[in-house]
Amino acid sequence: MRKVDVIVIGAGPAGMAAATHLAERGRDVVVVDDQRTPGGQIYRGAERNAASPARARILGADAARGAALIAAFRASGARYWPESRVWRVTAEREVSLTRNGRSETLGTPVVIAATGAMERPVPVPGWTLPGVMTAGALQTLLKGDGLVPAEPPVLVGSGPLLLLLANQLIAAGVAPAAIVETSVRPWAARGELSLVLEPVARRDLWRGLAMLAKLRRARVPHYRNATEIRIEGSRRAEAVSFVAGGRRQRIAASLFALHEGVIPAQQLSRSLGIAHDFDERHHAFGPRVDGRGESPIPGILFAGDCVRIAGAAAAEHAGRIAAISALRMLTADPALDAAALADEQRQLQAHARIQSLVDAVYPPPAMLAATPDETVICRCENVTAGELRAAVAAGCAGPNQAKSFLRVGMGPCQGRLCGPTVAGLIAEMQHRSVGDVGYFRIRAPLQPVTVGELADMQDA
Amino acid sequence: MFKRLERGGPTVRFRFEDEEIEAVEGESVAAALLAAGIDTFRTSPLGPARAPYCMIGMCFDCLVSIDGVENRRACQVAVAPGLSVRRQSGARRVG
Ligand SMILES: Cc1cc2nc3c(=O)[nH]c(=O)nc-3n(C[C@H](O)[C@H](O)[C@H](O)COP(=O)(O)OP(=O)(O)OC[C@H]3O[C@@H](n4cnc5c(N)ncnc54)[C@H](O)[C@@H]3O)c2cc1C
Ligand code: FES
Repeated sequence: MRKVDVIVIGAGPAGMAAATHLAERGRDVVVVDDQRTPGGQIYRGAERNAASPARARILGADAARGAALIAAFRASGARYWPESRVWRVTAEREVSLTRNGRSETLGTPVVIAATGAMERPVPVPGWTLPGVMTAGALQTLLKGDGLVPAEPPVLVGSGPLLLLLANQLIAAGVAPAAIVETSVRPWAARGELSLVLEPVARRDLWRGLAMLAKLRRARVPHYRNATEIRIEGSRRAEAVSFVAGGRRQRIAASLFALHEGVIPAQQLSRSLGIAHDFDERHHAFGPRVDGRGESPIPGILFAGDCVRIAGAAAAEHAGRIAAISALRMLTADPALDAAALADEQRQLQAHARIQSLVDAVYPPPAMLAATPDETVICRCENVTAGELRAAVAAGCAGPNQAKSFLRVGMGPCQGRLCGPTVAGLIAEMQHRSVGDVGYFRIRAPLQPVTVGELADMQDA
Repeated sequence: MFKRLERGGPTVRFRFEDEEIEAVEGESVAAALLAAGIDTFRTSPLGPARAPYCMIGMCFDCLVSIDGVENRRACQVAVAPGLSVRRQSGARRVG
C-alpha cells in the first residue's frame, strides 16, 4: 500500500489551507477532491472566474479571494488529485478512492477530512419536479459552467446564500422574478449587538446590508414569512404558491431555487462511527470534534463546514488548526506552534460567533411539523411524510427502523437528501429531541464504485 | 432553461438519445443538457419525471446512462467528444 504523510479530503478553503500549511513545511500531502479544479463550493471555478471579466463582475470579491488561495495552494507543493472520490476511510487510516476509472487504497498516519457542507433538504410538495433546483445548484451552474437561467427564477426559502444568489443573478442580468422568504427575524440581531461591533462581524454585516439594498434597487418583489409553500405543475414546475401577508399567493415561473441554509455533510464522519451532536440553534448534526480538529479516532481530523457551519473564512482557520495538529502528531511534539494555534483558534471563534448571529436571524424552518402528508421526503424511493408518520404511529422507533419499514434512505443518495427530514419528523412525533432520535447508520462505499473500478484496485 | 454567459471557447459534441449536443469543453454533462434545453433526465413509470436538483453530487437525481454504463451522475461527469448519453427509466439501483 502506498503511504503518504497526510491525506486531505476536499480542496475547499479548509482543505487547501491545511494542505498549503503542511506542504510549505515539507510534508508529503495528497489532496483528493471530486471537482475538476480546486476551490470547494464557495470558490468553485475561481481561477477561471477571476480571469473572465463577465464572470468576475458577477462573482465579485469571492472569485479573487478564491483565486489567491488556490494560487498559494498550487505553489505549495501539495499533490492535488482532481476528479477523485474517496469512498471509504477506515479507523486504521486507510483511504480508498476512485481516480481515472480505477480504485486505489493509500495508507497514512493522518487524515484531514474537509468535505464541506450540503444544502439542507427542503421537502415541500412538488420539490421533485423538473424546474426545481437548489440555490446552490444555480450557483454551481454559474461558477462551474458559466450558465445562468434563461428566464427569471423564483427564489424560495431563507439564509444568506439565497440573498447572495439573488445579487449574483441581478449582476448577471436575470433578476429573480421574486424572493419568497420563509423565516427571517432581523430583530434577533439586536440581542447580539456587542458582536456587531467586532470588526470581522462588521464587514459581513455591511455586505449583508449592501445585498439587501441592491435587491430593493432592482425592485425584486420580496415576500417575508411565507408558509404553506407548494410547487405546482404536472410534468414540470409551473408555479409556486404560498401564504404571506394573510393570503395565498401564486407566482408562475419556469425555474425555482429552494434554499434553507447549509448543514455539515455527515456521510464520512458517520461512516467512521464517530458520535454526532445535534446543534439545536443551527438545527443540524455535526461530528464530535475538539478545538484542535481531532475526532475520537486517533489521526482522523476534521476541518471546516463539515464540522460546524461557520463559512469560508472560518474554514481557512480550521484548516490551519488541523494542519498544526497533524504536525504535532507527525513530530510527536504536543506543544508545537502553540502561539500560532491559539491565534487561529481565536479567529475561528470570532467567525463562529458571527454564525450564531446568522442562525438567530435565519432560524431553522419551522415547517417540518407543517409538512403535508403527501410531500415526498425521500426522493430516491418516493416515500412521503404521511407514510413515515404512519410507520411511526405503528411503532417504528427510529431512522434505522424506518429504513426497513419503508426503504426510506435506502436509495442511491444513501439518505443524504432525506436523513435530516426523517430524524426531524420522528422527533416531532415522539416529542423527543432530534439528537436523541439520531440518524441513519452510514456505511462505505460513500460514493458509487463500479465493479470495473474495483477490479482494477491497485494497492501496490 | 439556461443560457451561457459567454460565447466562444472550444466545443465538444456528444449524443443525448438521438440528438447531437454541442457543449463547451470542461462543463458537466448535466450542465450541457440543461443548456441544450433538456429538462427531463429521467422518466419512471412508478414516479414523476426528474431532473438535476443539487448539481454537487448529493441527490442522485441526475442519473443517466453514459456509454452503456447506467447510474452515472450527470453533474459529476465532464463532457467528452463522442459520449453517448441516454435517459434511464424505472427504479435506480446503485452498487
Ligand atoms: C452548493 C453550495 C454552494 C455554496 N456557495 C457559497 C458561496 O457562494 N458563498 C459562501 O460564503 N458560502 C457558500 N457555501 C457555503 C460553504 O459551505 C462555505 O462557504 C465553504 O465553501 C466551506 O468550505 P470547506 O472547505 O469547509 O468545504 P467546501 O468548500 O465544501 O469543500 C469541500 C470539498 O470536498 C469535496 N468532497 C467532499 N466529499 C468528498 C469525497 N468523498 N471525495 C472527494 N472530494 C470530496 C467537495 O466536492 C468540495 O470540493 C456553499 C455551500 C454549498 C453546499
Ligand atoms: S444533480 Fe444532484 S447528484 Fe447530480
